[in-house]
Amino acid sequence: MTLEVLDRSQTETAAPAAPVRAKPQRLSIIDCDFHPTVKKIDELKPYLSRRWWERIETYGLRPRHAFVNGDPYPKAAPRAARRDAWGPDGSQPGSDLAFTQQHYLDAYGVEYAMMSPLYPSGQADQDPDFTTAMVSAVNDWQLDAWAHQDKRLKASILVSYEDAQSSVAEIEKRAGDKSFSQVLLLTRTNEPLGRKRYWPIYEAAERHGLPVAMHVFGYSGFPVSGTGWPSYYLEETTGHSAACQSVVASLVLEGVFERFPNVKFINIEGGFGWLAALSWRLDKHWARLRAEVPHLKRPPSEYLKEQLYITTQPMDEPESPRQLIDLMEQVGMDRLLFATDYPHWDFDDPARALPRGLTPEQTKAICSENARKLFRL
Amino acid sequence: MAKHVVATAAEIPDGGRKLVEINGRPIAIFHVKGEFFALYDKCPHEGGSLCTGKLTSLVGSDGPGRYSLSRQGEIVRCPWHGWEFDLRTGKSYCDPVKMRVRNYAVSVEPGARVVEGPYQAETFPVSVEGEYVVVEV
Repeated sequence: MTLEVLDRSQTETAAPAAPVRAKPQRLSIIDCDFHPTVKKIDELKPYLSRRWWERIETYGLRPRHAFVNGDPYPKAAPRAARRDAWGPDGSQPGSDLAFTQQHYLDAYGVEYAMMSPLYPSGQADQDPDFTTAMVSAVNDWQLDAWAHQDKRLKASILVSYEDAQSSVAEIEKRAGDKSFSQVLLLTRTNEPLGRKRYWPIYEAAERHGLPVAMHVFGYSGFPVSGTGWPSYYLEETTGHSAACQSVVASLVLEGVFERFPNVKFINIEGGFGWLAALSWRLDKHWARLRAEVPHLKRPPSEYLKEQLYITTQPMDEPESPRQLIDLMEQVGMDRLLFATDYPHWDFDDPARALPRGLTPEQTKAICSENARKLFRL
Repeated sequence: MAKHVVATAAEIPDGGRKLVEINGRPIAIFHVKGEFFALYDKCPHEGGSLCTGKLTSLVGSDGPGRYSLSRQGEIVRCPWHGWEFDLRTGKSYCDPVKMRVRNYAVSVEPGARVVEGPYQAETFPVSVEGEYVVVEV
């Protein structure tokens, strides 16, 4: 018998970086939510005019909410990240390409990863012109720092979504570049995303065959819940499901799906268990109140089944895996897209997060094939 | 069950930890105020490495607006989703029956005894002067 002692130097009091144990993966994973970030904000300097760089140096990022130098709610872990995802040089989780390749892309067998840069992104800054400059800079940075370095990484077109004209210009600028796979919005906007002011974004996306992804969070300045400011991060993170229901209801009832029938929407990180109940409720009320929304030609659930995709993370965890599979069947096995949320703390491991009892075909659809078809990969 | 020498007592400071592998099993060794603990290194929830988790306290409350901390450093919080495990029992706080991690008996033995054996640790250099962390697996 031999005893192997691993890494004897690893005894400091602070949490050490995790050893990377690559797992044998038979499944291909197309991850619909990976969060890259910068090591330092200076990485964006080459992409910003002097005016806007000086604005960052002088004022920093000014999202449209209170406590502008931090998040509205303290996260569960530093940088909301897995504690084992900090780079070997102490760099922020998701900021070091080589470490990210080893610790995430290789370790989990990721075939493609859809990048959702959340910070720094400049989306919904107090100065809309700064947002326009920043999202374009972040789009350039996604290409240079990530997508052009590793073909597994797909960029998202960040837009200044409160400014439709600027958003359309950015989509036009990027749409021809196959390194970009989707337009990325956040869910907490100044008005519900179905409202007319956002339609030019959907029109441009449809023109270019680009899906529109909506990731949770956002800096509207309004409370994170429909009933005011709650006390805890636990309420914020749970409340995303409620916020996403309002977004989805708005999209369908304002007639966005009817008007832009070729646009596919993706709801990211809001959970999915609620979608079945929302569809039933929308259909029930539509049957009685449809005179109010004559622009809808079909029951709301039919639009959702055709045009809305939804990511799995953070996975719902009912007592029995069978209950989760029932929910997945109600939502539609062809609607679900696997997401890890790497490097964030509520990461889902593709080898562990899905319920036992899915058929191999269902697992494959969720882990890669639905996304492959949606993004034409 | 065999006894494995996995570290010198001095190399893991208070609040420190060390990841070892015994019979192919990753095992996290923790040192808390003179006591050593060993847990299987995979969180039973989704497999996060507990060795990289934060050592924290048990947060308790006897009413709204009041809280207390006890058992300082004896609770490890998984680096991913924050499941909390008691280093002494391996049981999680929120679901102690179903969500628990295997724990192993640990002792600190003087080098003189370790040299006599029987220990399954031929690759680990032992001297009679030192003290050693021994895990039963």
